[in-house]
Amino acid sequence: MTTHASASERQSFNAWSRARGWLGNPWGRPRFLPAITWLYMVWSIVPVLIAIQFSFNNSRSLTAWSGYSTRWYWGNVYSVWGNTGLHSALFQSLKLAAADVVIATPLGVLLAIGLARWRGRGAGSSNFLMLFPLITPEIVMGVSLFLVFGHIFTVIHTSTLAQILGHVTFSISYVVVIVRGRLFSIGRQYEEAAADLGASWWHALRLILLPLLLPAIIASIAITFAISIDDFVISYYLSCGGACDTVPIIIYSTARGGPQPSTNAIASIMVFITLITVVAGYLLYRVFTRGESGSGSMTGDLAAFDL
Amino acid sequence: MYPKWLWSSFSLPGVVWLVLLFLVPMYAVIGVAFGSVDPILQTPLPAWNPLDWNIGWMDQVLHELAPGGIYWAAVVRTLWYVAISLALCLLIGYPVAYYISRHAHRTKATLLILLILPFWISYLMRMLAWVNLLSPGGYADTILRDTGVSRLAVDLGLITQTNWLSGQSATVILALVYGYIPYLILPLYAALDRIDKSHLEAARDLGASPFQAFLRVTLPLSKTGILGGSVLIALPMFGDYYTPDVISSAPSTTMIGNQIDYYFHGGPQPTVGAAITVVLSIFLTIMMGYYIWAVRQASKQLETL
Repeated sequence: MTTHASASERQSFNAWSRARGWLGNPWGRPRFLPAITWLYMVWSIVPVLIAIQFSFNNSRSLTAWSGYSTRWYWGNVYSVWGNTGLHSALFQSLKLAAADVVIATPLGVLLAIGLARWRGRGAGSSNFLMLFPLITPEIVMGVSLFLVFGHIFTVIHTSTLAQILGHVTFSISYVVVIVRGRLFSIGRQYEEAAADLGASWWHALRLILLPLLLPAIIASIAITFAISIDDFVISYYLSCGGACDTVPIIIYSTARGGPQPSTNAIASIMVFITLITVVAGYLLYRVFTRGESGSGSMTGDLAAFDL
Repeated sequence: MYPKWLWSSFSLPGVVWLVLLFLVPMYAVIGVAFGSVDPILQTPLPAWNPLDWNIGWMDQVLHELAPGGIYWAAVVRTLWYVAISLALCLLIGYPVAYYISRHAHRTKATLLILLILPFWISYLMRMLAWVNLLSPGGYADTILRDTGVSRLAVDLGLITQTNWLSGQSATVILALVYGYIPYLILPLYAALDRIDKSHLEAARDLGASPFQAFLRVTLPLSKTGILGGSVLIALPMFGDYYTPDVISSAPSTTMIGNQIDYYFHGGPQPTVGAAITVVLSIFLTIMMGYYIWAVRQASKQLETL
């Protein structure tokens, strides 16, 4: 009995002295840092999880849970699948993202290689020009594209084509930045070796450079797809109305006037699609960079996947 | 081995694209802003030749953007929102980035995935999540009400009534923080991760306390990361209009971006919208210039050390 009490007493004393030591020197072994970090992670992720949860709600409410159901996904005219406006928005988003990937990836890859190696007149200013779309606020780009299609390239006007052209314009620079990073890290010795062994420039490009760039190309495909799906402002400014609505436009217009679980459902579908794309891209990236020094560690790989 | 013309011809399609769909559109904004307005149709008549420029609209917009003008309140509000959001982002983001780069060993990969996750979730989806949570009866609204936080916030003057979605500046600022903080933490993390640990060991060996070592070594060495991340989130925040729209949609939280958007979606004069866009772009270019200058200074300082 007495030993028990003294043990717990000692324990509480230990806790007290530990707390005092901690308060005396908060930077020595920062225990509040993990607390802040994990709280931040919970704060950044949980709201979205709750929003996804309510897309499966068995009632119209977005605040009171009344059981699981997929009625907002399909089955009736209020569901994503049953509502023409909603499912056409879903397809519009996917269409823009697919077109964006198909056009921006080759343009960006070529531009990245070109800008990294071109040493003539105009190279410097082209490099500078490439950086601008990355730092221009979306509203400025949205307004400028809206006006250019309204006053100069009037054939295009506001349309799906205009939206695609806009998406490609802000995506190219991301592709360039990703591919250029890879170009610098692989260096030129492999191509030089190929040249020494008698390869023509075309063979060096196709058999050496292209396979070496493949991981970066895969990463840029995933990222282009994701930023295109995420885009709201450019799509909104170049929208031709109902038929051009994308998922973010639907979220924007319904979130203000009383959202329904179907809004959460369509937003959740986009989250699933993006995550699947990124995970698939990441796995492919791992396959193609297998055995390289410097990668292989997860944190090193993740660096290629941030924006 | 490679022919001389190859690399410039590789660049050509991309450069042409950016000239036609980035530079020309920027000029279109200038042309419209300095153009005139059709007296009957009320549509913009752009002036492409600088000699034909009409500075009347720009002059008017500049007056309205100045103190006493009708946009002045939005200008001041935008500056406050961005400043407070940026400060909060740094306050929360720095410890998080610091912990992940320095102290998270086994959990580092997990934390990095969680850190990158918001990048793959649509911005508007993340705003929608908060609209759900904060609407009357939502989880966050209920918790804040039951714990008395809502009441306290009203008493402190942070919000004017206990409904968080009723056009409250505080809610918009929290939404901006929530929306943009991932874009700050990642560059901060990269900057902190690059710092050579031997600098810290040297500081400790020379008798600095851990706190002094942080203050005199880590903090100055992460300065470029702080600046870079801040610019990275401040620029889009200055042009944001959808966050206040979704979170409050009240005139009490109008930012300068909302003012621009108004003239393109429902408002009367795209010419006015174009003129505000030009002013905003010039302001942001100056900010960007300051950033580049500051980074140069910082790297010069490091070289002389």
